[in-house]
Amino acid sequence: MRCQSACAVLGFLNFTQGGLRSLLFYKMLEVLKRPVVVTTNINLNIVALTGVGLLSRLWHLSYPRAVVFDEVYYGQYISFYMNRVFFLDDSGPPFGHMLLALGGYLGGFDGNFLWNRIGAEYTSNVPVWALRLLPALAGALSVPMAYQIVVELRFSHCTAMGAALLLLIENALVTQSRLMLLESPLIFFNLLAVLSYLKFFNCQKHRPFSLPWWFWLMLTGVACACAVGIKYMGIFTYLLVLGVAAVHAWHLIGDQTLSNVLVLYHLLARAVALLVTPVTLYLLFFYIHLTLLCRSGPHDQIMSSAFQASLEGGLARITQGQPLEVAFGSQVTLRNIFGKPLPCWLHSHQNTYPIIYENGRGSSHQQQVTCYPFKDVNNWWVVKDPGRHQLVVSNPPRPVRHGDVVQLVHGMTTRFLNTHDVAAPLSSHAQEVSCYVDYNISVPAQNLWRLDIVNRQSDRDTWKTILSAVRFVHLNTSAVLKLSGAHLPDWGFRQLEVVGEKLSRGHHESMAWNVEEHRYGTSQEQRDRELELHAPTQVDVSRNLSFMARFSELQWRMLTLRGEDAEHKYSSTPLEWVTLDTSIAYWLHPRTSAQIHLVGNIVIWASASLATATYVLLFLWYLLRRRRDVHDLPEDVWLHWVLAGTLCTGGWALNYLPFFLMEKTLFLYHYLPALAFQLLLLPLVLQHVYDHLCRSRVQRHLFSTLVVAWYSVACHVSNKLRPLTYGDSSLTPGELLALRWRDSWDILIRKS
Amino acid sequence: MLCASGRLLAARTATSLPAPPRGRGPALRCPRRELHFPGNPDPPSWDCLAGRLTRASASPHRRVILRRGRMPPAVGRGLAGSELRLRRSRCGPRAAGRDVAIQAAARSPKRPAPGSWRFEVAGRRAMLALVTLLSFATRFHRLDQPRHICWDETHFGKMGSYYINRTFFFDVHPPLGKMLIGLAGYLSGYDGTFLFQKPGDKYEHHSYMGMRGFCAFLGSWLVPFAFLIVLDLSNSLPAALLTAALLTFDTGCLTLSQYILLDPILMFFIMAAMLSMVKYRSCANRPFSAPWWSWLSLTGISLACALGVKFVGLFIILQVGLNTIADLWHLFGDLSLSLVTVGKHLMARVLCLIILPLVLYMAIFAVHIMVLNKSGPGDGFFSSAFQARLSGNNLHNASIPEHLAYGSVITVKNLRMAIGYLHSHRHLYPEGIGARQQQVTTYLHKDYNNLWIIKKHNTNSDPLDPSFPVEFVRHGDIIRLEHKETSRNLHSHYHEAPLTRKHYQVTGYGTNGTGDSNDFWRIEVVNRKFGNRIKVLRSRIRLIHLVTGCVLGSSGKVLPKWGWEQLEVTCTPYLKQTLNSIWNVEDHINPKLPNISLDVLQPSFPEILLESHMVMIRGNNGLKPKDNDFTSKPWHWPINYQGLRFSGANDTDFRVYLLGNPVVWWLNLVSIALYLLLGSIIVVAMQRGAQLPTKVEGLTRVLLQGGGQVLLGWMLHYFPFFLMGRILYFHHYFPAMLFSSMLTGILWDTLLRLCAWGPASSSLARAVHAVGILSLLLGAAYSFYLFHPLAYGMVGPLAQDPRSPMAGLRWLESWEF
Repeated sequence: MRCQSACAVLGFLNFTQGGLRSLLFYKMLEVLKRPVVVTTNINLNIVALTGVGLLSRLWHLSYPRAVVFDEVYYGQYISFYMNRVFFLDDSGPPFGHMLLALGGYLGGFDGNFLWNRIGAEYTSNVPVWALRLLPALAGALSVPMAYQIVVELRFSHCTAMGAALLLLIENALVTQSRLMLLESPLIFFNLLAVLSYLKFFNCQKHRPFSLPWWFWLMLTGVACACAVGIKYMGIFTYLLVLGVAAVHAWHLIGDQTLSNVLVLYHLLARAVALLVTPVTLYLLFFYIHLTLLCRSGPHDQIMSSAFQASLEGGLARITQGQPLEVAFGSQVTLRNIFGKPLPCWLHSHQNTYPIIYENGRGSSHQQQVTCYPFKDVNNWWVVKDPGRHQLVVSNPPRPVRHGDVVQLVHGMTTRFLNTHDVAAPLSSHAQEVSCYVDYNISVPAQNLWRLDIVNRQSDRDTWKTILSAVRFVHLNTSAVLKLSGAHLPDWGFRQLEVVGEKLSRGHHESMAWNVEEHRYGTSQEQRDRELELHAPTQVDVSRNLSFMARFSELQWRMLTLRGEDAEHKYSSTPLEWVTLDTSIAYWLHPRTSAQIHLVGNIVIWASASLATATYVLLFLWYLLRRRRDVHDLPEDVWLHWVLAGTLCTGGWALNYLPFFLMEKTLFLYHYLPALAFQLLLLPLVLQHVYDHLCRSRVQRHLFSTLVVAWYSVACHVSNKLRPLTYGDSSLTPGELLALRWRDSWDILIRKS
Repeated sequence: MLCASGRLLAARTATSLPAPPRGRGPALRCPRRELHFPGNPDPPSWDCLAGRLTRASASPHRRVILRRGRMPPAVGRGLAGSELRLRRSRCGPRAAGRDVAIQAAARSPKRPAPGSWRFEVAGRRAMLALVTLLSFATRFHRLDQPRHICWDETHFGKMGSYYINRTFFFDVHPPLGKMLIGLAGYLSGYDGTFLFQKPGDKYEHHSYMGMRGFCAFLGSWLVPFAFLIVLDLSNSLPAALLTAALLTFDTGCLTLSQYILLDPILMFFIMAAMLSMVKYRSCANRPFSAPWWSWLSLTGISLACALGVKFVGLFIILQVGLNTIADLWHLFGDLSLSLVTVGKHLMARVLCLIILPLVLYMAIFAVHIMVLNKSGPGDGFFSSAFQARLSGNNLHNASIPEHLAYGSVITVKNLRMAIGYLHSHRHLYPEGIGARQQQVTTYLHKDYNNLWIIKKHNTNSDPLDPSFPVEFVRHGDIIRLEHKETSRNLHSHYHEAPLTRKHYQVTGYGTNGTGDSNDFWRIEVVNRKFGNRIKVLRSRIRLIHLVTGCVLGSSGKVLPKWGWEQLEVTCTPYLKQTLNSIWNVEDHINPKLPNISLDVLQPSFPEILLESHMVMIRGNNGLKPKDNDFTSKPWHWPINYQGLRFSGANDTDFRVYLLGNPVVWWLNLVSIALYLLLGSIIVVAMQRGAQLPTKVEGLTRVLLQGGGQVLLGWMLHYFPFFLMGRILYFHHYFPAMLFSSMLTGILWDTLLRLCAWGPASSSLARAVHAVGILSLLLGAAYSFYLFHPLAYGMVGPLAQDPRSPMAGLRWLESWEF
């Protein structure tokens, strides 16, 4: 194809100028002769499917006007976006949240709603319809998309209609897409990625490097990036598409009719579209996220001091105008960099360690040193030069450098940070850290610490506010000041234990500290001098921190943040999903028994699982027979059968099986993306059985009748469950009990 | 002679089987090949051996077949007779079949003189002997030092002692390794009296050399095994030598082999399995022959033993499994084999690789349970019925009151495996988690806090008062359970349980036995009628909370730190009967009742097996790292980031530090990257249909097949650790390191040949190759000379001190020696 067009271009260039001109004239005349005609192909199936899809998802969308289940969770984030307040959510990248927030933006939401409990009525300023619109649209458009995927897989239109209808009437999918939740956009982009890859793949044979070819290829990458951007789960579909693309590319490499250069072009195009584009887009999501959220908020504490200082308000307001370099005499607060289990500051207070612990061990009975998760006046420490007595900054200030020996003096009690060979209260292998109280007994003060700047540029680097991560190495015992992570008992006010780690087995972030608040030490008579000193060096961290630094920190925190592993009332295990042994009560009407319940169409779920099993068995059977050179299927049918299976069964397996390895709290809705792929597979298996396994006409007729009967049952069940899906009609307790087909479904029945 | 017997065997195979299996080696295939290529002019019967020496002369059509991996044609002239004889006499390094001729051609364009093969075989044997000797010498050198417990010797030595004393214990690993250690100790005269309390304790007069010697003996075999594996995979002596040198001179392997640990035993069986698998695959040209059967069954035996030492043995099982599947797939696709033959192949593998190992594995456990028949520290982990067979346990030939009466002091055990006893202690649930009342948990260890008193729900009078008559507890009675140590009642109420939110919280409530109506439980015996008495040990009971109607059970989930990592107890509103909510009474003290000798129904062997596995898995899952501690991460390992202190920390101590020889390890690391690069270039070139010269093709085949095999081994023994939640240590990498060293051997040998092959003349090529291999060997040896104190022990100042002899060798700051 390409060669021909190139020839045509060459031939065209051979025309003389005059020839060209006459040709143009000729063309214009032709235009005049003929009427202007626009021909379009409209597949009414698709139009109809889109129509009913929209109807099923958008019908009474703003009902109920109350917070339903996880809306309470996503709603908060929408409000944060509206107020441009920074937040951290470890459940997924920000694209999904931004999509929901876009709905809020378009609906003119001002962000003023207290998302505190499920079932709370929305106030009039919440544009419920607009907020729920985007997920609902995504859910509605998945229906015609399923149709197209099956058509692109080269199965019949009837089968394609079947797949789309299954997606249409599946109750769990309907429920999930009618609310402010992220599963339906995720499923939408999953399907879009598969569809565009198939379109691209079908272009590949006839018209490589044509416009549609490029379009579908790029769309694959974009859809994958969006899926990953909504939830990390999207990565499974991305891997599936990548895997299939890699196999196809491998065949391409083996195609010796293509020249080396052409193969290289093909590979490069795929790499750009499927690797570079998604990564760029993913970064772009974060860029927008960080640009939008520029104000400090409730989750600041989790981030590092530098990150916090880059947000408006919060720490930035406090640290503005702080001197950059820590000098002898500086007053500082020291924050632990690891910050687990809680972000906290080095702290001390009047109280001493108990003489004898509960388990009978003794302590030094000196003043407690802890790590305290709240800002407090007791978090202030003065950096003192061991050689001088003053606790103020000299003129000019003498900056503290890497390797210098310092003493740390607790601001409120003027006692020295000290450690000695006494076992720490909870981590008995490590040394106790205390503020030294001289009891006039044999324990001498050991309060010299060597400063070790972990992220130093050179060996004479100075200690900088916020930016430097430092370790304090004890001079006498070479123990390192460390946050052990244990909570002290009541005598320590449940603050966190700080120890001197003697046998440090390598560097760990729990040993690193950074200066957060900082001012040069002043005393009454030195205040005038102090004012002069204040001016020159200032921190402006917000400008120092690049996007990539902010991105990598945020990403790292999102991946490592561990929520409570407490179980939720409606959480379930992956095994319960396949058999639909679980359900989630989403919402209950405050007065009547109308309720929304996430529960699937049990007929569809059972038959989808059955179809998957059938597919796998059939596939293995054919494969073994082919190995013995028995070809049951014609080659092209076999290839389509394999491709369809890889995408649908593979999509199901990849979106489902990894959950068995996950330790987080899981819910039924995590299964929905896998289910969507399974629903695509079901009609394919049916068609295959009809085409290739039913031999006689009688069998075929019988089979078609069975399929129709099965289909009507599915529709009937779907209709039966409709009140739980839409929550629009109140049922009597008897009717509700009748719907409780499994004991484990927690359908709420109001006791009158 | 050998030649004759080989041919005889070949002939027999060819005639006795309906369709002789497709041999890899040409020796078998000669008679049949004539059938396939009738046009072949003059194939002398032995010529096919030499086979591919002159493959270039094969017709293009046949070459295509070749590339697809079908049967290579046999055309061309043969090698000298003597060579042939020798080669056939071995149950061929696979090379003898498919590749050797090409490789021989690639390596020495000049045809080797007659007798050179004999010379080479002798050379190989000599090298093998040398390598073995060197390995034993390094492993046994200064084996008795230090004369105190090092690192985990404290566990495994202790467990060896348990076997000698026949005391029952519990460990997270399967028993074979410790059993062998115990056996070695027993045979060498160790009496099991040393306590193995903590690292650093002196052995004094106790005989420990037997156990260390046994581990060192097995550890020494790793080197010859690796040598043979590489020799078989690459058919190149230099590659095998290089591998052997890397392993001999690796301080890490050396250190790990010198102490009473499970690792040398585990690695021995892993390598034995790998070696026998490679050997049986190279016998593929003579299926169902005696060597084939013996290697196949040896593979199965080694697999069972590897798994019997540690669960890490699963990875080598996986590797053998993948290989077997590929093998069967290959045979299945060979249309010249009848389905019956394929079936025979399948059955042989099922027999040797599944049934045999399974039987052996169970036998190991049977021995384990038979040997340990005395009560010991591991009792509480197992069910009451199991404990009854341990002598010394109070359930052994138990003599306790048979029926439960009011006032009895009892322990209550959950029937689900590895859950433990109903337990409470003087700690409250923390704030925010249900009501702030006393915790109730389940606990696997025997403890005073497991004791409960059965009381009537409505009276608080002391039932042990002799003036009252004995009143038995009956099915359906309403009772109160009072915790003996704290005098609080077992209590439940409508609060969420701490972890399983759908269930209700269970607490200890009340003071001195006075509580409220939420302390009342109905006791029921499963499948019994009302009014029956309740038997100790035998009755399976349920406790149903009277007010809420829920059932007492344990969810099996581990509570966080506040609950001392014991298991959660809940009251479940679902009345489904699961083992989690069924209990039995184990200990029973009631002075008013006569003790009756009870013989408890002994559990069957499969039940014991299942139970010990459940307990082991739970134990393994329990080994979780703490948040704020530095833990070894899998990515640290290949770069040799940090070692392990085996002994001593200060400059006055005798220090042994487990650390890989950095030269060897970093060479391995580079080799993996290089291999991936080279491999992908070759694979892509082949996929593009590039025509490789014959010699290069032979080399690339070694690289892809032999190298691929060990690369797979490396990946299987390394990557799964990234998914593990349990606490990890540096020494977990060593099985993977063995594979990585084999890869290095194969890669550098092939790479040097490839580099030298291109432009240079043959003599120059050989020189380049020899110099390259030699410098690698010498480099490894020299680095061993530098780093050997790590393994053999150092005294004196630490390495950061400039006076230390190791001063310049602390190449990474994270090394602590």
